[in-house]
Amino acid sequence: MNKKKELAIKYLFTALAFASLVFLIGIVLVLFKEALPIFTKVSPGAFLFGESWYPTAEPPEFGILPLILASLWVTAGALVICVPLGVGSALYLHELAGPRQRAVLKPVIEILASVPSIIYGFFGMVILAPLLQNSFDLPIGLCVLTTGIILGVMAAPTVASISEDALSYVPRSFREASFAVGADRWQTLTKVIIPAAGSGISTAIILGMSRAIGETMTVLMVAGGSAVIPRSIFDPVRPMTAAIAAEMGEAPVGSDHYHALFAIALILFLITFVFNIAAEFISRRFRLKLGLSR
Amino acid sequence: MKKLLIAVLVLNLSAPLFAEKVVLEGSTTVLPIAQKAAEVFMKNNPSADLSVRGGGSGVGIASIIDGTCDIADASRAIKPAELEKAAKRGRDLKAHVIAMDGITHIVHPSNTITNLSRAQIKEIYTSRAANWKKFGGPDLKIVVISRDSASGTFEAFSEIVLDKKKVRPDAIMQASNQGIASIVSRTPGAIGYVGLGYISPSVKILSVDGVMPDKEAVLKNKYPISRPLFMYTNGTPGGTIKKFIDFVKSPEGQKIVSEEGFIGLNPKQ
Repeated sequence: MNKKKELAIKYLFTALAFASLVFLIGIVLVLFKEALPIFTKVSPGAFLFGESWYPTAEPPEFGILPLILASLWVTAGALVICVPLGVGSALYLHELAGPRQRAVLKPVIEILASVPSIIYGFFGMVILAPLLQNSFDLPIGLCVLTTGIILGVMAAPTVASISEDALSYVPRSFREASFAVGADRWQTLTKVIIPAAGSGISTAIILGMSRAIGETMTVLMVAGGSAVIPRSIFDPVRPMTAAIAAEMGEAPVGSDHYHALFAIALILFLITFVFNIAAEFISRRFRLKLGLSR
Repeated sequence: MKKLLIAVLVLNLSAPLFAEKVVLEGSTTVLPIAQKAAEVFMKNNPSADLSVRGGGSGVGIASIIDGTCDIADASRAIKPAELEKAAKRGRDLKAHVIAMDGITHIVHPSNTITNLSRAQIKEIYTSRAANWKKFGGPDLKIVVISRDSASGTFEAFSEIVLDKKKVRPDAIMQASNQGIASIVSRTPGAIGYVGLGYISPSVKILSVDGVMPDKEAVLKNKYPISRPLFMYTNGTPGGTIKKFIDFVKSPEGQKIVSEEGFIGLNPKQ
């Protein structure tokens, strides 16, 4: 009886664990099935590198280069903000903060990570955009810069918390050995701890990038939504996620526009997939380097 | 004790059955009317349970065809492609005109422009006319603001003003009337268009071809960019849906329409 019960529980948990695999495969299949029909109308090259996105015009134009570049620009902007902010906070938390400060700062960073994205978007739209608009004398404050800053702040907690984990995985013996040979604190940090945790920190940054490129609500609110190839950080843009969110409601099911939006989603999925594979790859090497098993 | 428990359970389960749930979805232009009307209607009919959502005319019509809403708010007439889709799904959509609206062009209050012709608006929205100076305004870059393609306001605007020509690609796209109104109120060089219900002292209304978009001009068809607002139902409505549509068309409902800044169907009000 007991054995049967144990077996049943084992199968139950196996099924639960494999459920996410089933979901992933399902998502990939649906994405491909719904995305591929557009390539009978537009060649993949024209789709990826076409410069004008007019899905509802007559005749429609499905060039998503402006959308891809918009996503990459705002993600790059987010990196500029979230790397120093996230890695800096992690280093401070790990190296300098006393137990009391840690007790306050860690939960605060975690709360920052759990603020719903619409609140960030709202903040960007009502406070940051007018502020930048006035200080840089811009025609409009909804642009790459505003979006990059907001996304950077959003991704910073992810980067901070994973980097902090990476730093804490560095064995004590590394630090003690460094002190023992006469290195000071700064030398230990820059020559031993950071290199040892380096791939963990890289993983953190890549996951932060995934978060930034996949963010939807915020970019819908603060990026401006113009489907043009950005030429400066003050240009309004239309990242891929914003285009899908804004247009999916209107696109009749099964139309070219509908399939084109799925194709954008597929490309977005592939980009984040590559990011995640890279993160996984780097973090494996990191564990090996520290002599941790898997 | 057990019986009591069962009784309570049964009551709890059956309570939602008595409240007739009606979902309204669609145009953000119609949204303020729908919301206010639903509020008053539910006060008068406590058993009715109405929920109102925005999303855009296209979203509303798609939802009623899919059967996920009961009344679709729309600021444009249904398109042939949508009718075809509805027919395929066995739905027979009925249009109810509930108000009239003028698509109003707004600029920042500091802008000295007061009037634009339809041809000028078309030029601003479709070519790369970059500066207000060209149209007699201040020396300021024009920031063109438009609605996303799910918007009925966009479709009506595109048909009446742009002759279906493409909006310039660098136009800022917003998902709602309110989004446009709030950007225009904060952006000195901006121009945008909204339903009459979204004008406020923080933006400046332009006359088009010399006509201000007021009640009389819209009703007498003098204002060039006027249009009816719709609620679509599946077939001839019955029950709560019919009661609600009748309410919106009634003098009380039409009073809400004018209070929200739109134009009631009965000119006497």
